Formats: sequence, C-alpha cells, structure tokens
Amino acid sequence: MHIDIDKDVCIGAGQCALAAPGVFTQDDDGFSALLPGREDGAGDPMVREAARACPVSAIRLSGPAG
Amino acid sequence: MTDLTDITGPADQADPVAFPQDRTCPYHPPTGYQPLRDGRPLSRVTLFDGREVWVVTAHATARALLSDPRLSSNRLHPDFPVPTERFAGVRDRQVALLGQDDPEHHRQRRMMIPSFTVKRATELRPWIQRTVDALLDAMIAQGPPAELVSAFALPVPSMVICGLLGVPYADHEFFEEQTRRLLRGRTAAEARGARDRLEEYLGGLIDDKARQGDPGDGILDELVRNQLRDGTLDRAEIVSLAIILLVAGHETTANMISLGTYTLLRHPDRLAELRADPTLLPAAVEELMRMLSIAEGMQRVALEDIEIAGATIRAGEGVLFSTSVINRDPDRYEEPDTLDFHRSARHHVAFGFGIHQCLGQNLARAELEIALGSLLARLPGLRLAVPADEVRFKPGDTIQGMLELPVTW
Repeated sequence: MHIDIDKDVCIGAGQCALAAPGVFTQDDDGFSALLPGREDGAGDPMVREAARACPVSAIRLSGPAG
Repeated sequence: MTDLTDITGPADQADPVAFPQDRTCPYHPPTGYQPLRDGRPLSRVTLFDGREVWVVTAHATARALLSDPRLSSNRLHPDFPVPTERFAGVRDRQVALLGQDDPEHHRQRRMMIPSFTVKRATELRPWIQRTVDALLDAMIAQGPPAELVSAFALPVPSMVICGLLGVPYADHEFFEEQTRRLLRGRTAAEARGARDRLEEYLGGLIDDKARQGDPGDGILDELVRNQLRDGTLDRAEIVSLAIILLVAGHETTANMISLGTYTLLRHPDRLAELRADPTLLPAAVEELMRMLSIAEGMQRVALEDIEIAGATIRAGEGVLFSTSVINRDPDRYEEPDTLDFHRSARHHVAFGFGIHQCLGQNLARAELEIALGSLLARLPGLRLAVPADEVRFKPGDTIQGMLELPVTW
C-alpha cells in the first residue's frame, strides 16, 4: 500500500497517530508522518481508519492493502 | 428526567423550531429538537432574533459541510449567524483560529500544533496526574461532601492550561469569572466587557513577558520570544490567541469532567463496568464525548450557493451544526441514545471536523482519562449528595455542563 500525506493540508490534529499509532506519528512541527519502516502501512488494518479519521482528508491511500 | 424514547407524536415540519434550546436532561439533546431528528439531514431553525438559518443534523452531511471551504467562520461577515444576544456583543473583532478562514487560519494553526500533539499530551500525563492527585487529596481531606465543579472539575483544566500557557494560576478567579460572563452573560454589553477585560489582562501579561530578558517556557512565552520578536505575529494577534487558548482550554474540559461524572453516576451499570475494567477508560471518554456533545451549534456562513443532501444553501445563509443530534445519527450509531463503551464512538464530531477541529483534543483526552479515572479509583463510594433532578446544569445557549455537582462518598 502507498500512503501519501499532504503536509500542506495537515492541521496536526493527530487523529492518524491516535487511530494507527503503529504506522503514523507527528513530526516536530506536529504534522502527520510515517514511522520509519512502516511507510507501506505494515499491513495494519487501522490505516484505513486513520485516513477516514483525518478531519481534512490529508491522507491518501493507494495500491493493495497489506 | 425525560427519557427520549417517551417522546412520540408527529414532528411539525412546517414551523422551524427554535435554536438553541435548553436540555431537559443534561446528557440528552433538548426534547425540543425531536423534530430535527426525523431523518432529514438538515432543517430550518429560528434564532433568538427571528432569523431563519439551517441546522445540520446528519453525520455524513456534517462531515461534508464542515470540510467545505464555501462555508466561512468569519464572524465579521455581515451575514454571519448570531445565535445569542451575548454573541452579538463580541463579533466586532476578529478572533484567532476559530474565527479565521484559510489561509490565515492555517498560518496561525501551524504555529500552535507542536504544543498539542499526541506525543506532547502523552509527555504531559505525569504532570496532569500529579495535579489531579493533589486536588483529590485536598477534596478528600475536606470532605465528604464536596461541590465537584469548584473542587475538581474546574481547577484541573484551569491549572493545566495555566501551566501550559504560562498564565499565573493565582489569577484564576479573575479569568474564570470573565469566562463565565463571556460565555454565559445575559447581555451583549456583559460579554463585550468580559472580552475586553480578558484582552487587557492577557495583553499586560504579554507585555510583562516581552520586557523580561528570559521569559519562561509556556506557550505564550514562546510566542513572545519567537513570533513577536520576529514579527510573525503582532501583539493583538497573540492576545487573541491567548484568549482562545485560555477560555477553550479550561471551560470545555471542566464541563466534560462535571457532566461526564454526572452521566456516569446516572448509569450505575456502566460505572460499575468501568470501575471493574479501567482499560475501558479511553473508549468511555470517547463515548461520553459523543453522547454529551457539550459544544452545540457551531456556526458558519455560506459564501456561495451549496447543493447538498437535496437542499440548496444560498450564499449569505447561516449554517449551524447541532453536534448533539449529529452524534446520535442512527445511520452512524446503533441505539444512539444508549451509553455504550463497546461501540466505536470514533468519528464523532464533538471536537468538530474540518480545518477547525479542536486544537486541544489530545490534551483534553489525557485530562479526561486521568481526571475521571482517578476520581473513580480514589472514591469507590462516589454518589450524588442531592436528588439527581435537583442538580443544576447550564442553559442551552452555551457550552453544556453542570453549574454545580454536590457529591459525597
């Protein structure tokens, strides 16, 4: 799976890091970021939940799950 | 206490209902909103001044509209909806963050977000726990009984936001009273006076910080040290940000602690379940936020015509969001009037949605988990000290919560 985060849109609400803490974090500026080694979502089913929870639709998912 | 399931009878769709209305039971939407719960995603309502506006009540429609840049948060817009007389007194000036549209909103928000991340809230937990423990120690030493709002629900978030911002807690009686006037004052003049006194107080505090060679490590100190000195923000902008952060930072969380406690005490089975399994706490906090929806009636004005859910919102029309009804949309939540810690309450709009979703939500979650969890753990016999229907709660035209909560243990 490919995860694309639009940092120009991100408002740092942290919903992604809350929903899927095994994949998402927040960088020093508070923006959404992917944890090292988890850039492909690591098969975490909560990645879709994280994308849906984002209040500004800053997370785009593409490609096969897992 | 009115049980919502008792309400029957046809909804009168011809006459727009009044908005906002007082709740009958503090943890349920007003019974007068029943016509808004008939399945239409948005309806017409009448404001105190007679103006008709839209109120959004469906979850999917709310998420779409709260993300729509054609709806503006600019309260200087001449057609911006005015939900209360007091609001009319404070819309003469631009407010930071929640009164701004992008791109200005984004510029302000990105300066704030490093202080409110999930990681930062986690780092603050031990300090929040110590604050909560000290307040409970004092309350237990002096009781029972206790008045939980003044002894616990208000001081917890008030101390936390003071520490975070760099505002002296010694001034709490002043700013809590001005906040009360700003959010619950009867007249436009009372609200404006309170806003002006808060501006004067926080402006003086910022001037003091700017004069000091080595200001502290609060958020306001950092804004002075960085943004004020390099000209990214001017004094008036920092004062406006400080008011929003101080007011929103203590009043909302205090209401969730008091109303959350009352709601748990009125649901003894859920309370026992939570006591038996404290790992349910994060889910319980999320479900309480969904069910209580303390911030009702967020406002926007349409900048263009918007076609949505079979309706046309015309440019210049006001749009309100009834979070209490949205968070009980039966298409989104099964048995929405039931408190259930095992449902996924995620995606509720109690913190809003879109670019203005609550900046302090991760801090609020940490405070609520620690405050409610510690209260229940320390006081196994916690109960109301007066009959449940005698406990006074806040009117419908402000943030919902308890005016007082007499408890014993």
